[in-house]
Amino acid sequence: MADNITFHFDVHGDNFSSAGEASQLVKKKLRQLGFTPDVIRRVSIAMYEGEINMVIHADGGAADVTVTDEDIIIVLADRGPGIPDVELAMQEGYSTAREHIRSLGFGAGMGLPNMKKYTDTMTIDTEIGVGTTITMTVKHKA
Amino acid sequence: MKTELVMNKLSLKLLAGEVPEDFEGVYAGDFLSRAMSRVSEGDLWITIMNNINVIAVASLADAAAVILAEGVTMDKATLDAADAKGVTVFTCDSTVYEICRDIASVLS
Ligand SMILES: Nc1ncnc2c1ncn2[C@@H]1O[C@H](COP(=O)(O)OP(=O)(O)OP(=O)(O)O)[C@@H](O)[C@H]1O
Ligand SMILES: [Mg+2]
Repeated sequence: MADNITFHFDVHGDNFSSAGEASQLVKKKLRQLGFTPDVIRRVSIAMYEGEINMVIHADGGAADVTVTDEDIIIVLADRGPGIPDVELAMQEGYSTAREHIRSLGFGAGMGLPNMKKYTDTMTIDTEIGVGTTITMTVKHKA
Repeated sequence: MKTELVMNKLSLKLLAGEVPEDFEGVYAGDFLSRAMSRVSEGDLWITIMNNINVIAVASLADAAAVILAEGVTMDKATLDAADAKGVTVFTCDSTVYEICRDIASVLS
Protein backbone atom coordinates (compact mmCIF):
# COMPACT_ATOMS: atom_id res chain seq x y z
CA MET A 1 0.00 0.00 0.00
CA ALA A 2 1.40 3.34 -1.08
CA ASP A 3 1.79 6.25 1.32
CA ASN A 4 -0.86 8.91 1.21
CA ILE A 5 -0.03 12.13 -0.62
CA THR A 6 -0.99 15.38 1.11
CA PHE A 7 -1.15 19.02 0.09
CA HIS A 8 -1.65 21.99 2.39
CA PHE A 9 -2.62 25.53 1.39
CA ASP A 10 -3.27 28.71 3.32
CA VAL A 11 -6.14 30.50 1.64
CA HIS A 12 -6.04 34.25 2.18
CA GLY A 13 -9.26 36.15 2.62
CA ASP A 14 -8.16 39.53 1.45
CA ASN A 15 -7.07 38.78 -2.05
CA PHE A 16 -9.59 38.01 -4.76
CA SER A 17 -6.94 37.96 -7.42
CA SER A 18 -5.40 34.81 -6.00
CA ALA A 19 -8.75 33.18 -5.32
CA GLY A 20 -8.87 29.73 -6.81
CA GLU A 21 -5.10 29.36 -6.73
CA ALA A 22 -5.10 26.35 -4.37
CA SER A 23 -7.69 24.58 -6.53
CA GLN A 24 -5.65 25.20 -9.63
CA LEU A 25 -2.51 23.81 -7.99
CA VAL A 26 -4.35 20.72 -6.81
CA LYS A 27 -5.74 20.20 -10.28
CA LYS A 28 -2.24 20.33 -11.72
CA LYS A 29 -0.96 17.80 -9.16
CA LEU A 30 -3.85 15.41 -9.80
CA ARG A 31 -3.13 15.60 -13.50
CA GLN A 32 0.50 14.74 -12.89
CA LEU A 33 -0.64 11.82 -10.75
CA GLY A 34 -2.64 10.55 -13.71
CA PHE A 35 -6.21 10.76 -12.42
CA THR A 36 -9.08 10.60 -14.92
CA PRO A 37 -10.58 13.84 -16.29
CA ASP A 38 -13.82 13.07 -14.46
CA VAL A 39 -12.14 12.74 -11.06
CA ILE A 40 -10.07 15.87 -11.68
CA ARG A 41 -13.14 17.80 -12.73
CA ARG A 42 -15.13 16.80 -9.66
CA VAL A 43 -12.30 17.66 -7.27
CA SER A 44 -11.68 20.96 -9.09
CA ILE A 45 -15.30 22.07 -8.85
CA ALA A 46 -15.75 21.05 -5.21
CA MET A 47 -12.48 22.51 -4.05
CA TYR A 48 -12.88 25.75 -6.01
CA GLU A 49 -16.32 26.39 -4.56
CA GLY A 50 -15.10 25.67 -1.03
CA GLU A 51 -11.99 27.76 -1.46
CA ILE A 52 -13.95 30.73 -2.79
CA ASN A 53 -16.48 30.44 0.03
CA MET A 54 -13.66 30.70 2.57
CA VAL A 55 -12.42 33.84 0.80
CA ILE A 56 -15.74 35.64 0.41
CA HIS A 57 -17.62 34.43 3.49
CA ALA A 58 -14.94 33.61 6.09
CA ASP A 59 -11.91 35.82 5.44
CA GLY A 60 -9.79 32.87 4.42
CA GLY A 61 -8.82 29.54 5.94
CA ALA A 62 -6.82 26.42 5.25
CA ALA A 63 -7.21 23.72 2.63
CA ASP A 64 -5.83 20.20 3.06
CA VAL A 65 -6.03 17.59 0.35
CA THR A 66 -5.13 13.95 0.96
CA VAL A 67 -4.87 11.37 -1.78
CA THR A 68 -5.35 7.82 -0.50
CA ASP A 69 -5.57 4.53 -2.37
CA GLU A 70 -9.29 4.96 -2.68
CA ASP A 71 -10.29 8.60 -2.44
CA ILE A 72 -9.26 12.21 -2.58
CA ILE A 73 -10.17 13.89 0.70
CA ILE A 74 -10.59 17.68 0.79
CA VAL A 75 -10.75 19.46 4.15
CA LEU A 76 -11.52 23.18 4.18
CA ALA A 77 -11.30 24.83 7.59
CA ASP A 78 -11.94 28.45 8.46
CA ARG A 79 -12.40 30.64 11.52
CA GLY A 80 -15.15 32.66 9.91
CA PRO A 81 -18.62 33.51 11.21
CA GLY A 82 -20.03 30.00 10.85
CA ILE A 83 -23.21 29.05 8.99
CA PRO A 84 -26.38 29.70 11.06
CA ASP A 85 -28.69 27.43 9.04
CA VAL A 86 -26.88 24.76 7.07
CA GLU A 87 -30.02 23.36 5.48
CA LEU A 88 -30.90 26.80 4.15
CA ALA A 89 -27.33 27.45 2.98
CA MET A 90 -27.40 24.15 1.03
CA GLN A 91 -30.42 25.24 -0.99
CA GLU A 92 -29.78 26.20 -4.60
CA GLY A 93 -30.01 29.96 -4.99
CA TYR A 94 -29.53 30.87 -1.32
CA SER A 95 -26.78 33.44 -0.87
CA THR A 96 -25.84 36.15 1.59
CA ALA A 97 -23.18 37.58 -0.76
CA ARG A 98 -23.09 41.38 -0.78
CA GLU A 99 -23.51 43.51 -3.86
CA HIS A 100 -19.81 44.13 -4.51
CA ILE A 101 -19.18 40.37 -4.37
CA ARG A 102 -22.10 39.67 -6.67
CA SER A 103 -20.78 42.17 -9.18
CA LEU A 104 -17.76 39.88 -9.58
CA GLY A 105 -20.00 36.96 -10.54
CA PHE A 106 -20.35 35.28 -7.16
CA GLY A 107 -23.59 34.87 -5.25
CA ALA A 108 -25.62 32.49 -7.41
CA GLY A 109 -26.05 30.34 -4.31
CA MET A 110 -24.73 27.32 -6.20
CA GLY A 111 -21.40 26.74 -4.49
CA LEU A 112 -22.48 24.43 -1.66
CA PRO A 113 -24.96 22.56 -3.92
CA ASN A 114 -22.14 22.01 -6.43
CA MET A 115 -19.86 20.71 -3.70
CA LYS A 116 -22.53 18.22 -2.66
CA LYS A 117 -23.33 17.22 -6.23
CA TYR A 118 -19.78 16.55 -7.40
CA THR A 119 -18.46 14.68 -4.36
CA ASP A 120 -19.25 11.28 -2.89
CA THR A 121 -19.48 12.48 0.70
CA MET A 122 -19.66 15.91 2.26
CA THR A 123 -19.97 16.93 5.90
CA ILE A 124 -20.24 20.42 7.32
CA ASP A 125 -19.12 21.18 10.87
CA THR A 126 -19.95 24.73 11.78
CA GLU A 127 -20.30 26.82 14.90
CA ILE A 128 -21.43 30.43 15.05
CA GLY A 129 -18.54 32.74 15.79
CA VAL A 130 -16.02 29.88 15.74
CA GLY A 131 -15.78 28.70 12.16
CA THR A 132 -16.64 26.10 9.57
CA THR A 133 -14.93 22.89 8.50
CA ILE A 134 -16.12 21.15 5.38
CA THR A 135 -14.88 17.65 4.56
CA MET A 136 -15.47 16.16 1.13
CA THR A 137 -14.36 12.94 -0.51
CA VAL A 138 -14.19 11.96 -4.15
CA LYS A 139 -13.66 8.25 -4.81
CA HIS A 140 -11.19 7.55 -7.57
CA LYS A 141 -11.41 3.76 -7.64
CA ALA A 142 -14.11 2.38 -9.89
CA MET B 1 -11.45 24.50 -38.00
CA LYS B 2 -14.78 25.08 -36.26
CA THR B 3 -13.27 27.88 -34.21
CA GLU B 4 -11.99 29.61 -37.34
CA LEU B 5 -15.48 29.65 -38.83
CA VAL B 6 -16.86 31.19 -35.65
CA MET B 7 -13.99 33.68 -35.50
CA ASN B 8 -14.69 34.88 -39.02
CA LYS B 9 -18.44 34.99 -38.65
CA LEU B 10 -18.26 37.05 -35.44
CA SER B 11 -15.02 38.94 -36.11
CA LEU B 12 -13.65 37.67 -32.81
CA LYS B 13 -10.57 39.46 -31.56
CA LEU B 14 -8.00 37.38 -29.67
CA LEU B 15 -6.98 38.98 -26.35
CA ALA B 16 -5.04 36.12 -24.71
CA GLY B 17 -3.93 32.56 -25.29
CA GLU B 18 -4.00 30.60 -28.51
CA VAL B 19 -6.80 29.94 -30.96
CA PRO B 20 -8.14 26.45 -30.23
CA GLU B 21 -8.60 24.16 -33.23
CA ASP B 22 -12.03 23.09 -32.19
CA PHE B 23 -14.58 23.29 -29.42
CA GLU B 24 -17.20 20.99 -27.94
CA GLY B 25 -20.24 22.77 -26.52
CA VAL B 26 -21.20 26.32 -25.69
CA TYR B 27 -22.30 27.88 -22.39
CA ALA B 28 -23.50 31.44 -21.91
CA GLY B 29 -23.85 32.94 -18.44
CA ASP B 30 -22.23 35.21 -15.89
CA PHE B 31 -22.56 33.51 -12.50
CA LEU B 32 -19.25 31.82 -11.76
CA SER B 33 -20.55 28.86 -9.81
CA ARG B 34 -23.11 28.11 -12.51
CA ALA B 35 -20.43 28.32 -15.18
CA MET B 36 -18.14 26.14 -13.05
CA SER B 37 -20.54 23.22 -13.24
CA ARG B 38 -21.89 23.85 -16.76
CA VAL B 39 -18.72 24.51 -18.73
CA SER B 40 -17.14 21.19 -19.65
CA GLU B 41 -13.74 20.50 -21.11
CA GLY B 42 -13.37 22.05 -24.56
CA ASP B 43 -16.44 24.29 -24.36
CA LEU B 44 -16.77 27.92 -25.33
CA TRP B 45 -17.96 30.17 -22.49
CA ILE B 46 -19.70 33.39 -23.42
CA THR B 47 -19.91 36.03 -20.68
CA ILE B 48 -19.74 39.75 -19.97
CA MET B 49 -17.83 39.16 -16.71
CA ASN B 50 -14.22 40.21 -17.04
CA ASN B 51 -12.44 39.84 -13.70
CA ILE B 52 -9.67 37.43 -12.74
CA ASN B 53 -12.12 34.86 -11.37
CA VAL B 54 -13.35 34.23 -14.92
CA ILE B 55 -9.83 33.08 -15.77
CA ALA B 56 -9.72 30.79 -12.72
CA VAL B 57 -13.03 29.15 -13.66
CA ALA B 58 -12.12 28.83 -17.35
CA SER B 59 -8.83 27.24 -16.37
CA LEU B 60 -10.37 24.83 -13.87
CA ALA B 61 -13.13 23.86 -16.30
CA ASP B 62 -10.67 23.47 -19.20
CA ALA B 63 -12.78 25.73 -21.40
CA ALA B 64 -11.63 25.97 -25.02
CA ALA B 65 -12.05 29.74 -24.81
CA VAL B 66 -13.86 32.60 -23.12
CA ILE B 67 -15.75 34.95 -25.44
CA LEU B 68 -16.44 38.37 -23.94
CA ALA B 69 -19.60 39.90 -25.42
CA GLU B 70 -20.59 43.50 -26.16
CA GLY B 71 -17.01 44.63 -26.66
CA VAL B 72 -16.03 43.91 -23.06
CA THR B 73 -12.28 43.54 -22.52
CA MET B 74 -10.00 42.63 -19.59
CA ASP B 75 -7.23 44.60 -17.96
CA LYS B 76 -3.64 43.70 -18.66
CA ALA B 77 -3.01 41.85 -15.39
CA THR B 78 -6.02 39.63 -16.05
CA LEU B 79 -4.94 38.93 -19.62
CA ASP B 80 -1.42 38.15 -18.42
CA ALA B 81 -2.90 35.65 -15.98
CA ALA B 82 -4.89 34.12 -18.84
CA ASP B 83 -1.73 33.78 -20.93
CA ALA B 84 0.13 32.24 -18.00
CA LYS B 85 -2.64 29.67 -17.42
CA GLY B 86 -3.15 28.94 -21.10
CA VAL B 87 -6.68 30.34 -21.10
CA THR B 88 -7.86 31.71 -24.45
CA VAL B 89 -9.89 34.94 -24.36
CA PHE B 90 -11.69 36.58 -27.27
CA THR B 91 -13.75 39.73 -27.38
CA CYS B 92 -16.58 40.49 -29.73
CA ASP B 93 -18.90 43.47 -30.27
CA SER B 94 -22.03 41.32 -30.56
CA THR B 95 -24.47 40.61 -27.74
CA VAL B 96 -24.65 37.23 -26.03
CA TYR B 97 -27.76 36.44 -28.05
CA GLU B 98 -26.11 37.35 -31.35
CA ILE B 99 -23.03 35.30 -30.51
CA CYS B 100 -25.12 32.21 -29.69
CA ARG B 101 -27.21 32.67 -32.81
CA ASP B 102 -24.16 33.00 -35.04
CA ILE B 103 -22.39 30.00 -33.51
CA ALA B 104 -25.54 27.96 -34.06
CA SER B 105 -25.72 29.06 -37.68
CA VAL B 106 -22.07 28.16 -38.25
CA LEU B 107 -22.63 24.72 -36.74
CA SER B 108 -25.72 23.91 -38.79
N1 LIG C 1 -17.19 28.99 4.83
C1 LIG C 1 -18.33 29.66 5.07
N2 LIG C 1 -18.44 30.44 6.17
C2 LIG C 1 -19.59 31.12 6.45
N3 LIG C 1 -20.67 31.09 5.65
C3 LIG C 1 -20.62 30.34 4.53
C4 LIG C 1 -19.45 29.60 4.18
N4 LIG C 1 -19.71 28.92 3.03
C5 LIG C 1 -20.97 29.25 2.67
N5 LIG C 1 -21.53 30.09 3.56
C6 LIG C 1 -22.91 30.63 3.55
O1 LIG C 1 -23.72 29.79 2.74
C7 LIG C 1 -24.31 30.54 1.66
C8 LIG C 1 -24.43 29.66 0.42
O2 LIG C 1 -23.12 29.32 -0.05
P1 LIG C 1 -22.95 28.98 -1.60
O3 LIG C 1 -21.52 28.71 -1.86
O4 LIG C 1 -23.92 27.92 -1.97
O5 LIG C 1 -23.42 30.32 -2.33
P2 LIG C 1 -22.64 31.71 -2.48
O6 LIG C 1 -21.21 31.53 -2.07
O7 LIG C 1 -23.39 32.74 -1.76
O8 LIG C 1 -22.73 31.95 -4.05
P3 LIG C 1 -21.94 31.15 -5.20
O9 LIG C 1 -21.19 30.04 -4.55
O10 LIG C 1 -22.97 30.65 -6.14
O11 LIG C 1 -21.04 32.17 -5.83
C9 LIG C 1 -23.40 31.74 1.49
O12 LIG C 1 -24.04 32.84 0.88
C10 LIG C 1 -23.02 32.03 2.96
O13 LIG C 1 -24.06 32.71 3.63
MG1 LIG D 1 -20.08 29.98 -2.86
